[in-house]
This record gives sequence, C-alpha cells and structure tokens, in this order.
Amino acid sequence: MIVNVLLFASYADALGADAVMVEVPDGAVLGDVVTAIRGRPGGDRVPSVPLVARNHRYATLADPVAATDEIALIPPVAGG
Amino acid sequence: MPRAALVTRPLDVAALLREVQRPANGAEVLFVGTVRDAHEGRSVTGIDYSAYDAMASAELERLVEEASVRYATPDVVCEHRLGTLAVGDASVVIAVGHPRRAAAYDASRWVIEALKARVPIWKREHYADGSRAWVHHGR
Repeated sequence: MIVNVLLFASYADALGADAVMVEVPDGAVLGDVVTAIRGRPGGDRVPSVPLVARNHRYATLADPVAATDEIALIPPVAGG
Repeated sequence: MPRAALVTRPLDVAALLREVQRPANGAEVLFVGTVRDAHEGRSVTGIDYSAYDAMASAELERLVEEASVRYATPDVVCEHRLGTLAVGDASVVIAVGHPRRAAAYDASRWVIEALKARVPIWKREHYADGSRAWVHHGR
C-alpha cells in the first residue's frame, strides 16, 4: 500500500519535501514507514527512532498503518 | 471552560487575563513567553514559529483540558502564536484562574512544561549574522 507521510521543520529540510509517499507491505507498522523514509535521499538525517504521529496523536513504531491514516514524522518539538 | 488556540496575530495578553477572571477565583497567574535576543551565545534577531497545525491544535486542547481536570479549575487558557516574531514579541500566553494561588502557579507551570514537551511546534531562529537554524529544546 502507498502511505502519505507528512514532514516538518528539520525533517522537511532533510528530505526536501513536506510530504512523501512511501510503499510498504500490507500489514506494515509505523517502523516500516520510518525505514522506508530513511532510505530516501536525505533520510539519513531522520533518527532511527523518531517521534511519529498517526491521525493527530503520538504513536509507537510498533503500531499498525492503514493507507487512510494521516502519518507524520515529528522532529524534536520546540514550542513556547 | 479551558480553551487553547494557535494564532497568527499578536497575542492580546490583557484579553487572555480577563478570560480567566471570575468572582470565585482568588488568583490569576499569567505566563508570557517572549522571544529572547540571544541563544547559546548567539545574537538572535527573530524566530519563525511553525506547527503541524491540526495536531498541535488538538494536542494543545487536550493539554489545557488535562490541566483543568488535574488542577480542578475551568479557567485555563493558552494561545500560541505562529509566524515570524521579533525580539520581545510574545510567542505564548497561559492564563490560569483558581480560587487558590498555589494551584494557579502549579497549573501554569504544568501547562508550559507539557507544551514544550508535547505540542508539535518548531522554531527557526534568525541570527545577527544572517544565518538561521532549527532549535531543539534540551540540546
């Protein structure tokens, strides 16, 4: 399945885009999405265990992914 | 009721304070976070704030609701500004009203620390030498 992944701040700079489409097997987990992203040019600047969000909530790399999910990689936050 | 918002206009500190003033409250604590002119020894001239808007709004709302329950007051309001801010501009305001001052202080502190830890907002500092860099807290 194809998953659209939102990127922000330093991760968007690293990949040169604020969203990327990645292909992962059916039944994939968020960790598989991260591995796919890290294989892209510039993806080595994303850590192996980044913060991830699914449908506007923090999730873990072991959580499952559906093609309809809104997935985002969250760089270290710096509000305030 | 607790309320949170991301905004792109200047924050109205007086209006946010008024929002948590009620006869039942004996204390209102107002926290104003502002853009500082230096970071780790470098001269800062401004900051771009950006966010994952949909999630940051949701997370900020969850956070003020959690504070409201945790500190037993409906009067918790937080606004965070996004966009390009200059030195001295307010980036975040937290207003808490409570019958007792100790809980008002505690709630205010809890909200800003949780915001910095959880809400997907990022800042890119502009330096006096013309360069820019993303800031990571706790670095």
